Amino acid sequence: MTRAGQGHSKALKIAGAAIAAGSLMLVTGCSGGSSDGATGDAGGDVTIEFAQWWEPELPDGEFRALIDKFEAENPGITVELVSGPYASTKEQLFAGAASGTMPDVVGLDGAWVNDFASQGVIANLTDLMADAGYDDSQLASQIQVDGGTYMIPVVNFVYPMFTNDDLLAEAGVTTPPTNRTEFADAAQKVTALGGDVSGWVLPLSLEAPNGVQNDVMSWVWASGGSMLNDGQPDLTNADVTSAVDYIQGLWDDGVIAAGSFTMKEQDKVEEFTNGRVGMMIDSLAHINLIRETNPDLNFSISAIPAEDGYDGERGIPYASWGIGVAENSEHKDAAFKLVSFLMSEDVNSELSTMANAFPGNTQSVPDFVNDDELFKTAFDIYQASYPANEFTGLPVAEELMRLFGEQLQAALDGQQSVDEALQKAQDAWVAEF
Amino acid sequence: MSLKTPVLDTEVIVTGVPQSKRRRQLRRTAESYAFLSPTMILLFVLMIIPIVMVIGYSLQDGAIIGKDHEFVGLDNYMAVLTNPSFWNATSNTVIFTVTSVVAHLIIGLGFAMMLNSTLIGAVPRAIFRGLYVLPWLFTVAVIAVLWRMLLAPNGVINFLLNTNIEWLASPQLALGTVTFINIWAGYPFFMVSLLAGLQGIPSDLYEAASIDGAGPVQRFWNVTVPQLRPIIVSLVLLDLIWTSQQFALIWMTTGGGPINVTEVLSTFTYKLAFAKYDFSQAATSAVLVLLMSMVLAVFYVRHQKARD
Repeated sequence: MTRAGQGHSKALKIAGAAIAAGSLMLVTGCSGGSSDGATGDAGGDVTIEFAQWWEPELPDGEFRALIDKFEAENPGITVELVSGPYASTKEQLFAGAASGTMPDVVGLDGAWVNDFASQGVIANLTDLMADAGYDDSQLASQIQVDGGTYMIPVVNFVYPMFTNDDLLAEAGVTTPPTNRTEFADAAQKVTALGGDVSGWVLPLSLEAPNGVQNDVMSWVWASGGSMLNDGQPDLTNADVTSAVDYIQGLWDDGVIAAGSFTMKEQDKVEEFTNGRVGMMIDSLAHINLIRETNPDLNFSISAIPAEDGYDGERGIPYASWGIGVAENSEHKDAAFKLVSFLMSEDVNSELSTMANAFPGNTQSVPDFVNDDELFKTAFDIYQASYPANEFTGLPVAEELMRLFGEQLQAALDGQQSVDEALQKAQDAWVAEF
Repeated sequence: MSLKTPVLDTEVIVTGVPQSKRRRQLRRTAESYAFLSPTMILLFVLMIIPIVMVIGYSLQDGAIIGKDHEFVGLDNYMAVLTNPSFWNATSNTVIFTVTSVVAHLIIGLGFAMMLNSTLIGAVPRAIFRGLYVLPWLFTVAVIAVLWRMLLAPNGVINFLLNTNIEWLASPQLALGTVTFINIWAGYPFFMVSLLAGLQGIPSDLYEAASIDGAGPVQRFWNVTVPQLRPIIVSLVLLDLIWTSQQFALIWMTTGGGPINVTEVLSTFTYKLAFAKYDFSQAATSAVLVLLMSMVLAVFYVRHQKARD
């Protein structure tokens, strides 16, 4: 072989070895990396990561501007926003919880808190508040597990009743119903208009089973009822039975829009926005979406109807953008500074205004309350009610909704009675607790 | 007197140093493995390690999220195998998969034969080819959203049929409906592959069969089918594996509901992992699915070897 040939052979071997080494580096690069979301530099500055789904849901650039304000007020702390849709954030956080790589500050849904706290992957905020000398008296609520706070609701989205006023008027209903009898009557009259119009819409998709929380249990809470007893499942009590019996009655009367069993929240909003249902229970966050999609829709909001004759305080369902701190964070003090910044009176007002939500700080007042009649009404309803969401803080909350949804579907489909459905759901829930 | 020159082998000429046979063999083997190493490392890290880890999780209690992992032997397997939901999901998976694959084959073969026919001109053939392959171009998410809208109680299908059927929300119809959507989404793969196979069948065989008096049906069964058999077997086995693992389409159309009528093994496993956070049982279910898929994979590999 010539010298050139020898060189070629050698080059080939080197190339082979380089590819092998490169593959190793690629692989180690994929599986390695810092196990800690926060990083520090030589100057003592810290960078903390904040994973949430809020930024994409807010007007472009507004949330980043708020964080820039925090950075300006806290020199030496840089916040890296890790933003994604709700579902991606959830998967990322659960993966981070499993691998011990949770970002320092995390956006939380109340349904996840118990699981994260049980795993020990989110920090006990009661301790952090004590360390920081934080006064929690202005916080509207705190989500606790075993006596410790693990999540603080930053803003709350309440779920009142939306009514299509034109449809109701056409059906001869002049005012939104306030109790169950009036609601059933209004739903029947609207359905009687014919065509593809229905009185009410009930999303029971098992993919996203939050309809059980917002559209079913809301009837229980609106009459001051509860699905729990001393923190344990109590689905066969009179409050829940009465509400589910009532929904079964509406189903049997044919006043619920078709397609319930696979309908999701966005389908519900679409049905209402397109004028195909007279009434729905939905998040206040959708007001602008409905207005933008169908500017001609004449609708109003009111409290969810209660049992006939009930005059106590009504529970109103809500969902929160909650916040927590990762246990694995090496900069919990900086992380808590961000939490307290977002919960401060002015900032919380600003964030609530951006999100069209109600503040987690009792002193904060969002601008839209004074600017918009619908929001003002909603704020009045909110203040006259108590925020009710018994799923918050429960273990495997989403699975509990799904288990209930399966039994409810079987009851509505005529495969079992309401009592049987509630008993089976109760047994399934007890097993999960 | 003659001068004798020693005879050198090629290795000596290349390296300039004579080497023992054993050393040469060792070096050659090492070189081979060095070149194979990138693939082997990737396979090891991306396939073997995850599979072994999942099998390990299936033998533990509180895998991944539990603070204390405990070896529980086959307890998780007993729990999953005695869970009626698992068998319901298995049954639905079998119905969904077998129906889909049979329909894929029949529709794919029918369309491929039509496109291969000389009875239609070049332009209509190109148009049909484009139309028929269309479902294959959509991602699963688009297919799910598209059919959810089409099949909604107020959707186009009900409008055209002048009905108000809850195609996806009815416990009686949902499994059939998602199977139909999967058939629609998957037949082009069969069509394209079988069309390539049909185009490779020599026309002499058909001419000889015609001379022997074979009609169209006899030519189909005695020429077309035997010639396509290797492709058909490969396609069917691959489709059985793929369809039995279909997740996104079912999750995005029905979420395994109504009640549990469209629950398949993939959605059952997903719910165990990401709704109940029971990663031990989810790993167990995944291992059982892996074992079922491996049976099909073994058939596929044996078939491929037999072809070679």
